[in-house]
Amino acid sequence: MSEYILEAKHLTKTYTQRSGKFGFGQSSVKALNDVSIQLRAGKTLAVVGESGSGKSTLARCLLQLQTIDSGEVLFAGQDLAKLNAEALRSVRKDLQMVFQDPFASLNPRMRVGDLVGEGLLIHGIGDAIQRKNKVMTMLKRVGLIEADMQKYPHEFSGGQRQRIGIARALVLNPKVVVCDEPVSALDVSIQAQILLLLKELQQEMALSYIFISHDLRVVRHIADDIAVMHQGRVVELGAVADIYDQPKHSYTQSLLAAIPGKKIATSLITKA
Amino acid sequence: MTISTPIVQPLLQLQHVSIALKKTPTRLLVNNVSFTIEAGKTTCVVGESGSGKSLTALSVMGLLSQQLQLNTGKVLFSDDATGAQDIATLSEQKLQKIRGAKIAMIFQEPMTSLNPVLTIGYQVGESLTTHLGLKNQALKSKVASLLEMVGIPSSRAGSYPDELSGGQRQRVMIAMSIACEPRLLIADEPTTALDVTVQAQILKLLDDLKIRMNMGMLFITHDFGVVADIADNVVVMFRGEIVESGTKDQVLNHPQHPYTKALLACVPDAEGEKELKPIDYAWLKGIDGHVTGTLI
Repeated sequence: MSEYILEAKHLTKTYTQRSGKFGFGQSSVKALNDVSIQLRAGKTLAVVGESGSGKSTLARCLLQLQTIDSGEVLFAGQDLAKLNAEALRSVRKDLQMVFQDPFASLNPRMRVGDLVGEGLLIHGIGDAIQRKNKVMTMLKRVGLIEADMQKYPHEFSGGQRQRIGIARALVLNPKVVVCDEPVSALDVSIQAQILLLLKELQQEMALSYIFISHDLRVVRHIADDIAVMHQGRVVELGAVADIYDQPKHSYTQSLLAAIPGKKIATSLITKA
Repeated sequence: MTISTPIVQPLLQLQHVSIALKKTPTRLLVNNVSFTIEAGKTTCVVGESGSGKSLTALSVMGLLSQQLQLNTGKVLFSDDATGAQDIATLSEQKLQKIRGAKIAMIFQEPMTSLNPVLTIGYQVGESLTTHLGLKNQALKSKVASLLEMVGIPSSRAGSYPDELSGGQRQRVMIAMSIACEPRLLIADEPTTALDVTVQAQILKLLDDLKIRMNMGMLFITHDFGVVADIADNVVVMFRGEIVESGTKDQVLNHPQHPYTKALLACVPDAEGEKELKPIDYAWLKGIDGHVTGTLI
């Protein structure tokens, strides 16, 4: 086996959209244009870029939530793009996703216990009592309490909802977790808590993350490797420290220059 | 373009403003908030969600919802023409003359704050017609110059909001708000929904406009990075109260209050050298009258 747990080779994905008068015309947008990335086992690969650069499309294509036009996604030696629905479902147990908007990604009509336990139910893991225990342990691990199982999502704050989203993804003991902007909808103060939680869980459960973000300050703290996307292409790929110190591509340079508050960061460091 | 009116007193003075629900007037959502904004300066209000930053801004515009009331306090806005007046006591009619003309506001979500069935040219021109009585060709050329000023080609005036990107929509919002050259601009998290690169552009644009038009700016954010880029003065709010205020240098480099320190500690830095800390409310235990809340 290679050192990569998840590998994408030459992915392409094209969206067609209507255009012109009355939408009679058609134009196509290359959301992914020959994208290749590798995720090392137990590490975090950050995918950064501005909106429309194809980060989220990449995430969805990796998990086969969207079909790809061409290319292959290798996980544990098999090409996910070629699997049939049934085989894919059993593989999905190892591939989970934490979504961006904790307000939209939880079903408002389900109790938290059911939300988190749904994956266990679908994959037929354990009996009812075992499932309940698993859900309970997971909720406690992410900082919620047992009584929260009976509550509905609207009773929680944004940070707590994101914790539920994390619990839901991790209860199946996945190997790879794709986090699609997990903290961008949260306050700065809560953002740090969630990031630290993700880091701790990575250590405990030997997870590999694909971390999608447009905030380069967050990425600097959580990622080991980084892929910079621009207009559907990966323009730069490498270790975080290298790319932050010596960005080669002009787009990476402009992204780094756009980080707000460089002054404060440097002043704090010189003080400390 | 130079504005050389001598500033006798600050542009905006909030004095002991308290806001509460009408049903429970004793439970203060904003408690005894006072600060000032000078012309040509930016005051940043920082705090977590629920700290009362937006309510404070809305009270300046006289836009508090029906369920809320201004318990006590004055919102003194000093205008060259009328001198200082308390916005909180003005009638709706008088307020309408100030809103958009003297005080303008940029809202958080550019996606939802534009009217989807009107062209952006019409929406930018609306306040020009209302406040300045511009019509026809004069209106068109003014709208075109405003759009150019915020970096949108004037040929896009006939576009609808859904034809623009998020950054462009926020630019339209800015063009709308500066149309009548307001004395005070309130920006309620104008860049939170935007990308970093677009955010940097918008911040630069706002800063340029502030200098060019000598506006005072009330800037609401929860991102200390943004504060470092744009602020002159900083006000830190926590649970409806101001915990610390001062110049940017004082607050960011020499924070006094434990909450400010805790908030600064959880901002990740671009170099990754600082250890990330979760927000810490331990300091609350030492302060009377406060109950320590649960984490998050």
